[in-house]
Amino acid sequence: MNAIRRNTASADPSRRSFLVGSAATGLVMGFADPLNVLGAGEALAAGRLAPTVWFDMGADGVCTVHVAKAEMGQHVGTALAQLVAEELEIAWRDMRIDYPDAHPKYNDLVLAALITGGSWSVNFNYDAMSRAGAAGRITLVEAAAKIMAVPANECTAKNSRVAHAKSKKSMTYGEIVAKGKVDRTWTADELKGIKLKSHAAHTLVGQPVPALDVPSKSDGTAKFGIDTFVPGMLYGKLKLPPVRYGAKVKSVDDSAAKKVKGFVKAVPIEDPTGTTSGWVVAIANTWPAAKQAAEALKVEWELGPHTRVSSDSLIAEAKRLQADGSKALLWVKEGDSGGALGSAKNTVEAEYITHLAIHAPIEPQNAVVEPRGDTWHVYCGNQFATRSGAIAAAILGVKPDKVVMHQFVLGGGFGRRLDCDNIIAAAAAAKAVNKPVKLIYSREDDMAVDFTRPLTYQKVRGALDDAGKLVAMEHDVVSSWPTARWQIPEFLTDSVDKKGKLDSFTVNGSDHWYSVPNHTVRTTLNELAQAATPSGQLRSVAPAWTFWAVESFIDEAAAKAGVDPVEFRLRMLDGAARNAKGAARLANAIRVAAGRAGWGAMDLPKGSAMGIAAVSSQERATATWTACVAQVRVDPNSGDVKVDKLTLAMDVGTAVNPDGVRAQIEGSALWGLSLALKEKATLKDGRIEQTNFDSYTPVRMSDVPKLDISIISNGEPARGCGEPAVTVVGPAIANAIFRAVGARVRTLPITAEAVKAAMKT
Amino acid sequence: MVALTINGRPHNVDAPDDTPLLWVIREQLKMTGTKFGCGVAQCGACTVHLDGEAVRSCQITLKSAAGRKITTIEGLNGQHPLQKAWIAEQVPQCGYCQSGQIMQAAALLASNPDPTPEQVVDAMDGNLCRCMSYVRIQRAVLRAAADMRSAKAGRPT
Repeated sequence: MNAIRRNTASADPSRRSFLVGSAATGLVMGFADPLNVLGAGEALAAGRLAPTVWFDMGADGVCTVHVAKAEMGQHVGTALAQLVAEELEIAWRDMRIDYPDAHPKYNDLVLAALITGGSWSVNFNYDAMSRAGAAGRITLVEAAAKIMAVPANECTAKNSRVAHAKSKKSMTYGEIVAKGKVDRTWTADELKGIKLKSHAAHTLVGQPVPALDVPSKSDGTAKFGIDTFVPGMLYGKLKLPPVRYGAKVKSVDDSAAKKVKGFVKAVPIEDPTGTTSGWVVAIANTWPAAKQAAEALKVEWELGPHTRVSSDSLIAEAKRLQADGSKALLWVKEGDSGGALGSAKNTVEAEYITHLAIHAPIEPQNAVVEPRGDTWHVYCGNQFATRSGAIAAAILGVKPDKVVMHQFVLGGGFGRRLDCDNIIAAAAAAKAVNKPVKLIYSREDDMAVDFTRPLTYQKVRGALDDAGKLVAMEHDVVSSWPTARWQIPEFLTDSVDKKGKLDSFTVNGSDHWYSVPNHTVRTTLNELAQAATPSGQLRSVAPAWTFWAVESFIDEAAAKAGVDPVEFRLRMLDGAARNAKGAARLANAIRVAAGRAGWGAMDLPKGSAMGIAAVSSQERATATWTACVAQVRVDPNSGDVKVDKLTLAMDVGTAVNPDGVRAQIEGSALWGLSLALKEKATLKDGRIEQTNFDSYTPVRMSDVPKLDISIISNGEPARGCGEPAVTVVGPAIANAIFRAVGARVRTLPITAEAVKAAMKT
Repeated sequence: MVALTINGRPHNVDAPDDTPLLWVIREQLKMTGTKFGCGVAQCGACTVHLDGEAVRSCQITLKSAAGRKITTIEGLNGQHPLQKAWIAEQVPQCGYCQSGQIMQAAALLASNPDPTPEQVVDAMDGNLCRCMSYVRIQRAVLRAAADMRSAKAGRPT
């Protein structure tokens, strides 16, 4: 992340001016190119405002925020619109959102790309959207003052209206826009000089306004990518090789497929990006016909080198790499953990594993690709349009500006739609027939080629001093590197000793806020896993495995020291040196969760217990402070675990929309539960064994425990809220199991067999 | 040609008899509120009513649907008390599964106007929500049930 920021200095919003001007359609407001020297009106006339237009207002006073983020259930558009509206002093009823087609002018100001992930959206855009709203308000006030012939500094803006109290004159925003005389350019310095409202003065930020995308998602009218129709469209269905990666098509025999009514063509995909391997698309005039044709195709593959790779062999390779250590790259180096461990009398050592996990959004991957003149149109929901559009262009053999990416709401993202294998396959098919093709993955296809959460192996060693304090920690992470697979240098980070580039999205979270004077974290790429089972970003990414290890390990250390695990954590969150402030916020979250759960104060039946975990997911620089107490019941005979209650406390800084934040915590806590107890994907003979929701089984309504959620909104900058709970629930459950029956489980997902086996040891 | 009655309107469909009703509704008739999720009756995203009963339209052949009364999410016209409860409780996140959830719940409330929370769980357990909005789905179903009972009793809701 820091690397991305460094490389996008030109996108620094502080260097951009802001334009507010009248256009034919109403009032247009947006950040301008830093080199733009024209006034707003001239700029509009010259068509120069286009580079970054964030919102506009019509003569009816309706303000539309153009949401360049993927809407995938987090209601991000509503939160961004709230930020604009707060400072714009516009009535909420006048706010609308839309989702523009992808264009660099809409690039995230910090990330300099169209990308949605990392719980970054509100976090990174808060300041810019607030200033944009404020600049819009001031401009409207100045324009109204001029029209009403009163001093601007005596006017106030409120509720979509500029009023001058002395003369009792006022104008609505709509009326000001209709006059069409707004022309104001804000320099970067002027923008920076605007005094934004204090947290206490907010009237809209912090309010649970209903999400703007909810009504259309309650009556079936919301349009997802899969709902696209274009004239003359054919359908595509994948025919996949029997290995996840590495196969090549040797021959395709379509003689049987030709007997399927409506069959058009079988297209082997040539994919120079290497995103796909050995895929064939069966094209027909309906999807059922394409599916039938795909089944009838006889494809001969060269299966490649991974036909014997399994989850077990990936773990074995990871253990070998960890023991060897020569390829490990340093992520954290504080003090001398080796020395401290070497001289310690009291040590703790443990290995932690997380298995593959599948995104499985309910909307399967799909895309429509349509040739139109010399341009190609791509229709699908996507989280990374900048990269996906460029790849589509490469597949289609055209320049990126000849590809138009149309955005839709996403039927679940969770990181799956950062990738664009669906677009590659649809583009290759459409190009082969020079007609529009709608490609839809079957659920089986979607699971077979998911860019799963990587299988991870972690080894942690620690030393306790005589006072029971953790004085050293050595932590190795071995996994495939999902972000490295994208081959975008900016996404990689220098190791601490500059000996190599590492994928920080495999170790974020391990740089925790507990004060451990001697602390080392290393990460190692599991090349076998990287090749055999290409992985991706799954909701909450690295913290879902790093905190599984860290928070389990801290609990093991507490047990070894004979200290209550809440007390043990609070002692280590002393805020020393680089842990200042953050440690206090995490400690507060622990206190809230423990207090609300009745930690240490409840009589629970035998076999039941509470466990605690606390996380600073996602990244140290963007941490959201989250604690969870899980209350579980363990069947001593079967090892079966039932989670009765999850008590969560999350310090989000500023909750822009508290109900939206609550919805995100509810869903992500259940994701954590699901990944802890229900979701396990396995690789065998080079392929993912699970094929549909009968073998890959996310949480259903009957699995839902009681949830008690506390949102801490203390006025600090807004932080992401859709991911941290995913990471905290798993270790909280494992720690509760340990306190209930003395069984320490170190592999995710937790199975009854593993609990039972651990009870015996 | 197969004659279908969907949301009270007749449609003539030219497709093989064994085509799943889901694909006819979505891709041929372009009523896209009904969603494809798994194709094997494991997720419930494609739930519609067949003669008032909630069914997985991915498992119903075109031929077997002929002459029967089919209702999709579009047939509720956004006016069903469940849909109002869905907004009041701010249920949807990504929204993709919600048509199926609402159709499943509508069939439940048609046969059981006063379900217990446990009965709601039983009825809804076949419908996956990957965003895991389950807490709110359950709350919205109970709210809609209460609203419908109040309306029936002539009390203001």
